[in-house]
Amino acid sequence: MVQLTLPKNSKIRTGKTWPKPEGAKNLRTFRIYRWSPDDGENPRVDTYFVDMDSCGPMVLDALIKIKNEIDPTLTFRRSCREGICGSCAMNIDGTNTLACIFGMDEIKGDVKIYPLPHMPVVKDLVPDLTHFYAQHESIMPWLETKSNTPAKEWRQSIEDREKLDGLYECVMCACCSTSCPSYWWNGDRYLGPAALLHAYRWIIDSRDEATGERLDGLHDPFKLYRCHTIMNCSSTCPKHLNPAKAIAEIKKMMVERVV
Amino acid sequence: MSYKTDYNRVQGLGRAGEGVGHFWIQRVTAMALVPLAILFLIPFANALGGGYEALVATYSQFGNALTAALFILVASWHFSIGIQVVIEDYTQGGTRLVLIVLSKFFSFVLGAAGVLAVAKILFSA
Repeated sequence: MVQLTLPKNSKIRTGKTWPKPEGAKNLRTFRIYRWSPDDGENPRVDTYFVDMDSCGPMVLDALIKIKNEIDPTLTFRRSCREGICGSCAMNIDGTNTLACIFGMDEIKGDVKIYPLPHMPVVKDLVPDLTHFYAQHESIMPWLETKSNTPAKEWRQSIEDREKLDGLYECVMCACCSTSCPSYWWNGDRYLGPAALLHAYRWIIDSRDEATGERLDGLHDPFKLYRCHTIMNCSSTCPKHLNPAKAIAEIKKMMVERVV
Repeated sequence: MSYKTDYNRVQGLGRAGEGVGHFWIQRVTAMALVPLAILFLIPFANALGGGYEALVATYSQFGNALTAALFILVASWHFSIGIQVVIEDYTQGGTRLVLIVLSKFFSFVLGAAGVLAVAKILFSA
């Protein structure tokens, strides 16, 4: 359901301005969303100053520096720090992206960091992704076969394998789904671009024997057809994948089945 | 409070087994409306300056009446399925249901009234 204003207890207030590091000459200002489930307070935006002369180039470097040196209570997810795990997805300078591969030189002025939009917040920059993961599970993200399992392996030609390029690289960071207005308004029923990209990845896998069942599972006005080709998903994807195209291909296959 | 699992919530009531027809017809009617709108607008624009008499004369011709009736029918059909998508996007529950039903009534009345108006001019000429 559309919500154009935040609920009363989610309205963002001005937060604390943390002291500038002593002796630093090259300072950068960070405005970061803070919310804790424990204090009953509204969310706030805290201001931090980071010495760029002793900080790495990526937004995640600055976040880790803030946590280590200024405010150990700042909470965010991170793991691989090289764009493979998808943990540090957040809204940076108005765009959903991975903090670890987003350079601070790409941002003009203050660095504004919020959690992924329109998701329940666990704490600070950590969104609750349990529903998102359950949607991924619902599209059966594994090889489904009925034929006898071959002694060695399920073989795939080079051409068929190439069809999976641009799909298998998805790291499930949720940047695309949480940038999609259709997912904001109807995320309870619409599967969203990430789950649908994965669905397509298995639909066109030449080794998979459940193509029809997979298409059956998506034949629904909400699960699939909430996509109105807004294209936010493709423009925000930090791995430069194209979920909108994958969804369009699924819609084409749906038409092929009836026309 | 509910202890339903997230997987259970995602499954919901299952897949509806519907949607491709709606999607397909929306595109077919959109394609049909391109030539129909041009064929409807040319005689309509020509007659517009001439007042009532000119409009009656225009739609007394079978070809003009046919394109006008087809345009009105296809446009109200396209409107009906298009507005349903908008309602589904932005509303929920009972409001969604009531608005969809009302939009269907409105589209059918619009289509029927338009076609009957054209037919009246054609057959009274």
